[in-house]
Amino acid sequence: MTTVERKIPAPLTLPDTQPYWDAANEGRLMIKRCDDCGEPHHYPRDVCPFCMSTRTSWLACSGKGTVYSYSTMRRGDLAYTLAYVTLEEGPTMMTNLVDCDPASLGVGQAVRAVFKPAENGQAVPMFTPAQ
Amino acid sequence: MSLDGKAYIVGAYEHPTRKADDLTVARLHADVAKGALEDAGLTKDDIDGYFCAGDAPGLGATSMVEYMGLKVRHVDSTECGGSAPILHVAHAAEAIAAGRCNIALVTLAGRPRAAGAILRLQPPNPDAPDVAFEGPFGPTTQNMYAMVARRHMHEFGTTSEQLAWIKVAASHHAQHNPHAMLPKVVTVEEVLSSPMVADPLHRLDCCVMSDGGGALIVARPEIARSLKRPLVKVRAAAEAQKDSRGGRVDLTYSAAAFSGPEAFAAAGLTPADIKYASLYDSFTITVLMQLEDLGFCRKGEGGRFVADGNLISGVGRMPFNTDGGGLCNNHPANRGGMTKVIEAVRQLRGEAHPAVQVANCDIALANGIGGSLASRHTAGTLILERE
Repeated sequence: MTTVERKIPAPLTLPDTQPYWDAANEGRLMIKRCDDCGEPHHYPRDVCPFCMSTRTSWLACSGKGTVYSYSTMRRGDLAYTLAYVTLEEGPTMMTNLVDCDPASLGVGQAVRAVFKPAENGQAVPMFTPAQ
Repeated sequence: MSLDGKAYIVGAYEHPTRKADDLTVARLHADVAKGALEDAGLTKDDIDGYFCAGDAPGLGATSMVEYMGLKVRHVDSTECGGSAPILHVAHAAEAIAAGRCNIALVTLAGRPRAAGAILRLQPPNPDAPDVAFEGPFGPTTQNMYAMVARRHMHEFGTTSEQLAWIKVAASHHAQHNPHAMLPKVVTVEEVLSSPMVADPLHRLDCCVMSDGGGALIVARPEIARSLKRPLVKVRAAAEAQKDSRGGRVDLTYSAAAFSGPEAFAAAGLTPADIKYASLYDSFTITVLMQLEDLGFCRKGEGGRFVADGNLISGVGRMPFNTDGGGLCNNHPANRGGMTKVIEAVRQLRGEAHPAVQVANCDIALANGIGGSLASRHTAGTLILERE
């Protein structure tokens, strides 16, 4: 099957998560962790979804994770793989699995973060099989 | 909550159209309202409560009350996607029990097929906090639900063949429905050989896209008894929400795992008491998840439960979606909750097609999941009883 590169829509960023996107542009993946209850979460919020504390801080991630689930969508000659990846730090995030043969993927597979530019140049964290 | 005897469904109507080229969305809402009123033997001046969701154009109930020329003292525009009409019936029964209205109208309608609308999981509302962290990755209804199917296969050994049986059962029912978009009986092999849309879901694992709609009338008991239609009592209802839980994603269960047990407890019933189930079948996997979460089988055993025609009326022990459901009949406004309640009412009245009518159908369930099964969604469970 021939495939074409999918254009990555620019994320509609909001001011409270600008540090996440700035870090992504530097090739770093970050999540939020609560200063009060200590629980990490994703997507990042100013208000902890577990204890409602307004004291949350950015936490640098290793970029390592495992595939929780995935699906390759085919539309004409376009194919891309949506996934949930569980980070080493705990939270599971929505992402794409890229630079790999979808037929070779599996649940539980080890992956690592890579950063791909969206249509507006913003780097977006995606994952590829770990070597 | 237990609603036993507080309200009855006295009118139900499903629009026969599946492609509304020349009808506006507002007109479709009015058409189904008229149909349900005629079914009940009531007129619009009898309506004093109105319920609709995000499929209604304009400012929800406020706009539709104006368009239809209603005069109401209670409105409710609860919006939770395709399960909304199930919540509306429950909320109507609660409003009637609380004395806020006597006769409530619930409508749903839309024309996504004629409009050529592309299914979008979420509108690009820049203020929604999740949008930036999902939109770039191309989530659609199909690949999101496919991730639930993939995880179910991984956790429990569920197979594509087992999921296909859900479509096969729906098609056996649809062959008797003259309005069904896909009236042809299909085999497991035909489902598996249909094009892969979002693996592991094939085209025939997905519901149809259609125009149309439906309406229901809910009324207080003394009014229901004064009308000529068979009595369909709202026995119990419950609603629940589930989401990505701050990143603690678990795709092995849905919000129905909360709403189902609550509704059964309120009704004083168990899944074994249900003679017929309407389950919102946006995809085959959605049905499987609801069967498990509602307690019709144990978690992880849904694949074996649906195999070999167990969902086919007259063949299996858990007849479902005897109108053909969203998988074969229709999916008006991309929302399946309304037609689920309507077919449950037909079954309880004994007015389903004779080929699919469940014998002695005295207790039925309707369940819907609105939003996305793989992220944020709301489930509504409704238990109805023939009196």
